Amino acid sequence: MTGNDNASSRPTVADDISSAAIEVDCLVKVYKQTRAVDGISFSLPLGSITGLLGGNGAGKTTTIAMIMGLVLPTSGRVRVLGHRMPEESAEVLGRMNFESPYVDMPMRLTVRQNLTIFGKLYAVKDVADRISRLAAELDLNDFIDRANGKLSAGQKTRVALAKALINQPELLLLDEPTASLDPDTADWVRAHLERYRKDNNATILLASHNMLEVERLCDRVIIMKRGRVEDDDTPDAIMARYNRTTLEEVFLDVARGRSNGAKEEAR
Amino acid sequence: MTDISLHRGISAHRIGAMILRYWYLLLSSWPRLLELLYWPALQVITWGFIQYYIAQNASFFARAGGTLIGAVILWDILFRGQLGFSISFLEEMWARNLGNLMMSPLKPIEFLLSLTVMSLIRLAIGIVPMTLLALIFFHFNVYSLGLPLIAFFCNLIFTSWSVGIFVSGLVLRNGLGAESIVWTLMFAIMPLACIYYPVSVLPVWLQYVAWALPPTYVFEGMRALLIENSFRTDLMLEALAINACLLAASFWAFLALLRSAKTHGSLLSSGE
Repeated sequence: MTGNDNASSRPTVADDISSAAIEVDCLVKVYKQTRAVDGISFSLPLGSITGLLGGNGAGKTTTIAMIMGLVLPTSGRVRVLGHRMPEESAEVLGRMNFESPYVDMPMRLTVRQNLTIFGKLYAVKDVADRISRLAAELDLNDFIDRANGKLSAGQKTRVALAKALINQPELLLLDEPTASLDPDTADWVRAHLERYRKDNNATILLASHNMLEVERLCDRVIIMKRGRVEDDDTPDAIMARYNRTTLEEVFLDVARGRSNGAKEEAR
Repeated sequence: MTDISLHRGISAHRIGAMILRYWYLLLSSWPRLLELLYWPALQVITWGFIQYYIAQNASFFARAGGTLIGAVILWDILFRGQLGFSISFLEEMWARNLGNLMMSPLKPIEFLLSLTVMSLIRLAIGIVPMTLLALIFFHFNVYSLGLPLIAFFCNLIFTSWSVGIFVSGLVLRNGLGAESIVWTLMFAIMPLACIYYPVSVLPVWLQYVAWALPPTYVFEGMRALLIENSFRTDLMLEALAINACLLAASFWAFLALLRSAKTHGSLLSSGE
């Protein structure tokens, strides 16, 4: 089944409008001669965790950037929490947040100073209290008054996650959230994200190359290739369709152009 | 950051957060503070001695005491005002923090307003000691200009913000490869703004260009005040009118460049 086949079997954007956190409809992004995103559509229900998978150049980052309003689509529509992006971004930016390895926080400022500034930007009511809660939850207290530039990669990732959670977002966009973390800390972060989703009924869209992470966290997986949705289903259904036992094997099938053969074989 | 900024309320809270961010940065870095003081002090000392030397040897400059050193101080308001604005903006590019701000509820107008406040703070740190040096070592009291000084200052700072907004938009659109514009653009208007000489020195056709620049009115006004003891209100009002147009145009250009950056995906790769 292709992404397009899947799209016809799932509820349409219009059907799903009341319960969708993100609705992407026929989204296209063309950079000069390159179609970075080529007519993708999907709708993510509130409270879901979805993994966005794909090799380098598959269009994941551009898709997420268009959802966030950082890149304007060539055509198509994006709605976030019921509002059109980017036209109505003022309505939703305070209700969402993101973490990405492509951005940093000011290096000379301490963790507490950085979180204070973002807390104020997001109009968090009691910023000091929110920071102390996050510091306890994400184990930041040992370095909360240290400059961001003097932290290890793993510590920086936890601080970036704290920034992403500062406003208790309803929608969280995460790009490689456990990159640079040791397995123990990465596992702990995943558990935290699962708990956060459960406690807040938050929607999470997660781009990751860590297939085990996606298998554990996500109740749905969208696989992208060359700007298109190659497949879209639950992890179990996708693995069954490709007759594979792990998402990593599925990923390799898709990346190496064996997807159709593998699906035929499974039939 | 949202595209359209003026259709909803501007938040003093968010502007305050951005000012706090730059304030923390200034306090965390003594080289940044030192640099704010260093160049203006060097300027005023150099030009103070030049003025002193010329005044001893030329009767006109003896009568027009302070025109050179006054021009240096006003030029520094213009130049440092723009740098104060643009460097705060560049700090976000250097820190790779722009994506965080763009994705936050901060609006472009709030971002720009916080940069204008920071330009005033950085200017005060550099210029106030400079004026004190001029007073102590060269007996030139810029504050004795009185109320006209406020008119000069406002017109110069408005021009510096217009240039700052425009070049920030260029860097936003083109990445740090366009950083050199921040440091050099103001020097392009230096000969035309007639800082150290009257507009009449220029060829007639170039005088039209000079009168299109608000700083020209300020420096002519300063010379009129120091040499003829007359405050030219007409010059200040004309400069104010041009500044209003420049500010509106630069804000429009910034939004257009931001939109272009989003269209071309430049915000995802804000490096060189």
